[in-house]
Amino acid sequence: MNKQLILDQVTVQYDAIAAVSDATFALAEGEIGCLLGPSGCGKTTLLRAIAGFESLSTGSISLHGEYISTPKRTLAPEDRAVGMVFQDFALFPHLNVRDNIGFGLSSLSSTDKSNRVLEMLELVGLVAVAERFPHELSGGQQQRVALARALAPSPQILLLDEPFSNLDAELRTQLAAEIRILLKKNKVTALLVTHDQDEAFAMADKIALLNAGKIVQIDTPYKLYHKPGSLFAADFIGKGTIINVGIDAAGLLGNNLGSLSINALPEDLGNTVKLLVRPDDIAYDEFSDTKLSIVSKSFLGPNYLYELALKDGQCVPCLTHSHIDIPVGDELPVRFDLRHVVIFNAD
Amino acid sequence: MEIDSSSSGFNSSNQSSGRGWRIYLFIVTAVIAVPMLVIFASLLQPFSSAWQHLFDTVLTDYITNSLLLMAGVGIGTLVLGVSAAWLTAMCDFPGRKILSWAFLLPMAMPAYIIAYTYTGILDFSGPLQTALRDTYQWQYGDYYFPEIRSLGGAICMLSLVLYPYVYMLVRVAFLEQSTAVLEASRNLGKKPWQTLFLVALPMARPAIVAGVSLALMETLADYGTVAYFGVSSFTTGIFRTWYGLGELTTAAQLCAFLMLFVFALIMAERWSRQRLRFHHHSAQKKMVRLRLKGWRSALAMSVGSLIVFLGFVLPASQLAIWASVGWQENLDGDFITLLFNSFSLAAIASVCCLIVAVFLAYTKRAFASRAELGAVAVASLGYAVPGTVIAVGVLIPVAWLDNQIDFLSTTWFDYPTGLLISGTLGLLVFAYLVRFLSVSLNTVDSGLTAIKPSIDESARSLGATPSRVLSRIHLPILRTSLLTALLLVFVEVLKELPTTLILRPFNFNTLAVRTYELASDERLVDAALPALAIVIIGLLPVLLITKSILNERFSNE
Amino acid sequence: MAIRTPSLKSILSTVLIVLAPLYSVASDEVNIYSARQESLIKPLLERFTEQTGTKVNLVTGKGDALLTRLKSEGMNSPADILLTVDAGRLYRAQEAGVLQAIASDELNSLIPSHLRSSDNQWYGLSVRARVIVYGKDRVQANQLSTYEALADPQWRGKICVRSSGNIYNQSLVSGMITSQGIIKTEAWLKGFVSNFARPPAGGDRDQIKAVASGQCDIAVVNSYYLGGMILSDDQSQQTAASKVALFWPNQQDRGTHINISGAGITKSAKNLKLAEELIVFLAANDSQEWYAERNNEFPVRETVKVSSVLESWGPFVADTLNVSELGRNNSAAIMAMDRAGWK
Repeated sequence: MNKQLILDQVTVQYDAIAAVSDATFALAEGEIGCLLGPSGCGKTTLLRAIAGFESLSTGSISLHGEYISTPKRTLAPEDRAVGMVFQDFALFPHLNVRDNIGFGLSSLSSTDKSNRVLEMLELVGLVAVAERFPHELSGGQQQRVALARALAPSPQILLLDEPFSNLDAELRTQLAAEIRILLKKNKVTALLVTHDQDEAFAMADKIALLNAGKIVQIDTPYKLYHKPGSLFAADFIGKGTIINVGIDAAGLLGNNLGSLSINALPEDLGNTVKLLVRPDDIAYDEFSDTKLSIVSKSFLGPNYLYELALKDGQCVPCLTHSHIDIPVGDELPVRFDLRHVVIFNAD
Repeated sequence: MEIDSSSSGFNSSNQSSGRGWRIYLFIVTAVIAVPMLVIFASLLQPFSSAWQHLFDTVLTDYITNSLLLMAGVGIGTLVLGVSAAWLTAMCDFPGRKILSWAFLLPMAMPAYIIAYTYTGILDFSGPLQTALRDTYQWQYGDYYFPEIRSLGGAICMLSLVLYPYVYMLVRVAFLEQSTAVLEASRNLGKKPWQTLFLVALPMARPAIVAGVSLALMETLADYGTVAYFGVSSFTTGIFRTWYGLGELTTAAQLCAFLMLFVFALIMAERWSRQRLRFHHHSAQKKMVRLRLKGWRSALAMSVGSLIVFLGFVLPASQLAIWASVGWQENLDGDFITLLFNSFSLAAIASVCCLIVAVFLAYTKRAFASRAELGAVAVASLGYAVPGTVIAVGVLIPVAWLDNQIDFLSTTWFDYPTGLLISGTLGLLVFAYLVRFLSVSLNTVDSGLTAIKPSIDESARSLGATPSRVLSRIHLPILRTSLLTALLLVFVEVLKELPTTLILRPFNFNTLAVRTYELASDERLVDAALPALAIVIIGLLPVLLITKSILNERFSNE
Repeated sequence: MAIRTPSLKSILSTVLIVLAPLYSVASDEVNIYSARQESLIKPLLERFTEQTGTKVNLVTGKGDALLTRLKSEGMNSPADILLTVDAGRLYRAQEAGVLQAIASDELNSLIPSHLRSSDNQWYGLSVRARVIVYGKDRVQANQLSTYEALADPQWRGKICVRSSGNIYNQSLVSGMITSQGIIKTEAWLKGFVSNFARPPAGGDRDQIKAVASGQCDIAVVNSYYLGGMILSDDQSQQTAASKVALFWPNQQDRGTHINISGAGITKSAKNLKLAEELIVFLAANDSQEWYAERNNEFPVRETVKVSSVLESWGPFVADTLNVSELGRNNSAAIMAMDRAGWK
């Protein structure tokens, strides 16, 4: 099985309120996982429980085969082989980069320690600034120091709490990719917490989606995006709209949306269902007869995102190249490309 | 007042009014600095033969004892203050909330009073040793009991009374520390007490140093305790040279050296932390306290209670017992006058200090250039100067000024004005201002730093006039700081002795003066009533300060 | 729209208006700078006011602080009288030129010449003696004789005395320098200091208590402290006082060292007549009796009755050295004490 991290029916409670209920989740060695969800969904609480800063009321957490948290016993944070990168990096302001990185290495001899620190500095590319203090570094550099510091003691698992939220937007995507490469290269098991799907998609092998303290879906990023298992997931992940549409007995969708491929269940035939329509499900087709009226449009640089009105008034999104520039109020010829159809019951 | 004349565009009315305020700033600072300048000016006078005598005999003793005193009190207040702050800010145990405010109680107790009290209790002829001797039939020389009237005793007394300064500042620092940094330390394998020493304490260094500096300045300024204990420190040396040898100039020169030493210390500390930063900006998470259980919790409770007991409860009880002996005859109309005098003097002085402090803090904020910062820093140095020195420093120039005015007035108008300011309450209040300004200034300053210029600018952009900005935005935010500044100075003036002794007007006595007179006449029992009154009146502001500190914006209680 | 800066003129006028009620114009009043505690002088002053209708204003403080204040205030000082608790300060005030001579035959006749200045600038008003007290159960009176004998090795580790910073010790040594010369005094100081039971600490009453509890056998204290303890409400003080006895030193030669509390009129005095009246009042019979008894001191005038406690100590021969000498050699005394290591 080779599971590095196992969460089993974990519940974390604050007084009467359960911040996390019955969370079950596992990570294999070398896997990068992600806890994704809106603010207040409990993802940070779960992360802190793994780090040992919160205790459990039910369930268990085990790391590399050993139980580290149970309702009866919570192993102290300092005794866990867990590394953590905090949201605001939490670098020690009174220590320079070298001393920050070496902080968790007091069990090593001084030669071993300085070797390891040097190794970490090279890993994150900060050898040149080793003597500087945190306030003398840029945001990206500070994050790298935080990473190096957390990795230096060779933890069993690395936890990252919203690691990119303190950085500029352009930096984020670039750093996310870099860090993923670094972690994979060193075979580090990692768990990331974020509310930003782009980060999750860029970094994680598998994502656990949380809502109001419960894990609602665990899947790869691709599957999560294309096959959301609930209305909530469909709403939260990616851009898209949910419309009400009828399916006739032959499996054809009303509103001229075309025929469904595989996903229609027998009981859906002849009923009205909720359909998830993503911007890439509707494509601009110069020669199409289906023309929908443009309600609004936003310029996204390489694309335009149009909002089009169906005959019954519901709106659907459509992503086009940005050289297709049609004014609001006119009509856009489109083709429905419902390859990945996601249906939910109309309740 | 223009909040930021440099960035929000110039027009002529801004500039001229800005200049007006700046001139007033320099005038005020110059006036406040005069006493210190007078002391320093003594260095320009020739050094008399008394210096040779001092060198040959007692100067080494003065210096050694003062240094030892400072080292001892520094360590004492550090250990007591930091422990108290750690226990109440970072840990949780039964009784923590009570201890949080109880730790501040010794602030109401003047050092010389606690010295008298403990001497009464622990001296050879006091109740404790007498009881020991009676029980075990010991005679003098049969047993060892530490002598309270010694350097060690003085260190203990001063530490017990001065640790609240360290406690107050370090506690706030701990509460404001980023929880994430402390959690990072634990995450990296450090146990809670290791986290304290490796992370929390170093990060709190500015607060620790500020608190210990305050305590050390009070120590250097102290005369009552060391004189009573027979410790020849630098301060007693100054007095001896002045009173005994009659050499005021030499005494002033000694003062000047003392002040230089203090300033050098302050500079050294500033320089040593140039590159370091101690503050970590982060979103404040809810503070999770370390819950103590079992023997740890019991230890925390007992240590905390012991500190409060020794620093306040025991001396206050002894005072109460003594006061109950003769209170009926001592509580007369005279006493009521003393109460009234002490109270009103403290109130007037604290209000004056507040007004000047607010003025300086705002001007500094508006024109934060080197010159203004330097001027304000100079104005705050008065705290490092012993009360008697300030009195002398104030007396000499003001008397000179008065005499000049009188001379001019007589020559021009044939109207002798006599002494206008000398011998009035105004002079005394001015001396208090010089001495205690830094207390209000630091408090108002730290409150003001919470109000970023961007808040002012956004208010102005929404149409608020400068006065509305002050009354609707600054005042509510600053209310706690203003109140704290007021109360701190109130307590200090209430306890103050040497300056009051020298400068007070005719027929005007305070509780502190009365206590001193009676205690120095060795009538401790009679001195207990006014002493107790000082403590009780001082308790109210201390408790109010405590309440406001416990409700601070970052309190996370 | 900035807040207008107030003009310099408006600030000055506000300050003056605020200060105005704070200074009073001198009228028919006498102002005293007193180093003697309020409780030991105020009732007498109130009696003066009752009798003559003149208001008396009092400020108390340490002698040197008052002197400094007088000096800086100069000719505009509101003080009419300087009242001190030792001769040294009066001497110093005289030297500093802040006192003026009064031509009062009455005072000159009432007060013995060795207890006032030779040029009529100040007058003693009460006498205090610096005596030896000893533990009755450990020391016999016949073992004691003079101050000088206290340097003998037989008293090693047996003597308690307060710090050399105290003016009474300084005056004692000062007087000794005048009578014996500096060399003999320094030699005596060495021996005396090596006989201390403990480093000097506390006041005179503490020394008496130390003798009573056995920490030392002998103490050198001012007589009125012993008196105060005998009459104290505090039981422990009374008990301590009962365990010791008083010895008058140097009865066979120059007499016991004495000091005075006294008063002089300042040069800046606005109400010369009234000030003189007050001093004469303080030298009057009733006043002398009250003034002395209030603090267990001896009156300056020999014809005045002493309190019963003082009577119980018996008559004694006092040093007739002019007390000005105590001030003259004060600095030399301090330096000698420093050299001998008397803390």
